[in-house]
Amino acid sequence: MVLAADETLRLDANFIDYALVAAYFAVVLLIGFAARRRVSDSLDFFLSGRSLPAWVTGLAFISANLGAVEIIGMSANGAQFGMATFHYFWIGAVPAMLFLGVVMMPFYYGSKVRSVPEFMRRRFGTGAHLVNALSFALAQVLIAGINLYLLATIVNALLGWPQWISLIVAAAVVLSYITLGGLSAAIYNEVLQFFVIVAALLPLTLIGLHRVGGVGGLIDSIRDSGNENDLSSWPGSDLSSIDNPVLSVIGIVFGLGFVLSFGYWTTNFVEVQRAMATKSMSAARSTPIIGSFPKMFIPFIVIVPGMIAAVLVNETRDLKAGGDPGVTYNDSILLLIRDVLPNGLLGVAIAGLLASFMAGMAANISAFNTVFSYDLWQQYVKKDRPDDYYLKVGRVATVGATVVAIFTALIAANFDNLMDYLQTLFGFFNAPLFATFILGMFWKRMTATAGWTGLVSGTLAAVLVWSLSETGVIGLEGQGASFVAAGAAFVVDIVVSVAVSMVTAPKPVSELAGLVYSETPKEVRTDPDAHKLPWYQSPTKLAGISLVLVIVLNLIFR
Amino acid sequence: MSTAHNGQDAGQAQATGGKHTAGAYDVRTVIGGLIGFYGVVLVVLGIVDYGEAEAAKTGDWNANLWVGIGMLVFALVFAAWTKLRPVVLADGEAVEDPTGGADSAGR
Repeated sequence: MVLAADETLRLDANFIDYALVAAYFAVVLLIGFAARRRVSDSLDFFLSGRSLPAWVTGLAFISANLGAVEIIGMSANGAQFGMATFHYFWIGAVPAMLFLGVVMMPFYYGSKVRSVPEFMRRRFGTGAHLVNALSFALAQVLIAGINLYLLATIVNALLGWPQWISLIVAAAVVLSYITLGGLSAAIYNEVLQFFVIVAALLPLTLIGLHRVGGVGGLIDSIRDSGNENDLSSWPGSDLSSIDNPVLSVIGIVFGLGFVLSFGYWTTNFVEVQRAMATKSMSAARSTPIIGSFPKMFIPFIVIVPGMIAAVLVNETRDLKAGGDPGVTYNDSILLLIRDVLPNGLLGVAIAGLLASFMAGMAANISAFNTVFSYDLWQQYVKKDRPDDYYLKVGRVATVGATVVAIFTALIAANFDNLMDYLQTLFGFFNAPLFATFILGMFWKRMTATAGWTGLVSGTLAAVLVWSLSETGVIGLEGQGASFVAAGAAFVVDIVVSVAVSMVTAPKPVSELAGLVYSETPKEVRTDPDAHKLPWYQSPTKLAGISLVLVIVLNLIFR
Repeated sequence: MSTAHNGQDAGQAQATGGKHTAGAYDVRTVIGGLIGFYGVVLVVLGIVDYGEAEAAKTGDWNANLWVGIGMLVFALVFAAWTKLRPVVLADGEAVEDPTGGADSAGR
């Protein structure tokens, strides 16, 4: 991600702004210390003792994803493509979150696994487990580094701190509250971050709208600038880089909406871990479903500011008109903040942005230390040690991951493109994962060998399609290429898994209880007290409401 | 801090008939407190420091003042929610006890 250099983005922060930022950091550290008082065993540290209420984990669920890439990237897309960016939320997130809560969570929570890779091991044995655990752990450390690098770049751009100081300060803050309080501290901070981010972005959006003359003024300005396309979300040809409108819709619905988003939201342990920290099956299932409500409204305070910047901020308007004002779309939201927020609100906005950038990194690190301790160290290196041993391993892994993330951030600072490629590559691991999980959960015949061969061949298929499009052999570019790559990964994974299952021996049915739909007794995958819950705590009813709402939003903002 | 985990914070919790409320350690108290603090600072700023420079940025709207008031209202709602629906924990909840059978906690 490239941001404008030097003074363009420098915000005119004064003493009060710094005081508001400092107050936020003080509370973050307090949460770490408070959570430390009750971390007594490794389950506490890694899964919050499975005790948190659903509204807390639901907000943490989306906050963990509301990092630097999301806020900077989605407002940039808003400035560049306009309303088509809504698809990333309404097509590319909400349906998958509902599916996770309604269909898949009963298996994750009911089988009492402590991580997504552990589910993989129980269902498919060590082959698929190793592929999954290693690629996940590696990806988390590298992505944590990318988040850290973005954080430092932005602190440098906004406040003028030298990059290496921002790197170390940011890493130290994240490290201290996670090592102190484990997942509870990470989750409570994510909930706090959610509110601070909204407190920063909602006024920004309202003031921005006021400046351009309200919603009507924004629409008129976009029309006047000749970007009528930005005002409709379908067929989204600019976004998908697919000119044919029918193929573009298919690409968005199946590539983004089905394979990419289901792969990300339903198998990514960073997300699923938040739901596993709840106290009951109903709360676990409700976590992504409750999260889907704020998730569908976040675009209004992330994408709309990008669209406002494209008509209000001089530099962004020039860029959109084809000029070269020395900024990129990634700068849009920062430039809007510079132009419209007075001191005071500026401090809240800086606190909100820093909060969001730390959220991404903290989520990566807390998911990494769980997978490293339970899935790699306990499984393959030192088995059968007492519980406090693994708690120590978790804390050491957190420190190690943070140090590695600092070095990754330094690499990212020097090889911008390399990091973009790596991030794309890790995206490829997600698409086949969903195919393997869903087949494994509903088809008891699927074998252990099929598990890992499906994963590996699906990933290779994605890499192949992507390299073909990078080298220009097939005529796809941008998002379109990754939609097609993900689709290929999904299909190849299913085909290979089915073919291999036919010629290898399945696991005995007795070992599949809790892991496969047909072999799981109803009591295990449902909450015995579910019928006593009021409608607003019932996962399926909430999911129905959420689905209707997101369809209505799609119809209004088509 | 936790809404369900504070049995050991006996000093913070009110012991009434073997039950505790999470008190200051309720996450809602922390959220409401921080946003409320922001609200106070912004309202004061809006009153004492609203001049031409600010008006030019926001389009003649005292944003600090009104957003600050909004934040105070939010903080009050959270305070009322915490007051009306406190997180109540029985003394015996095993998850609270750092010494007792911790591995089965919350399972």
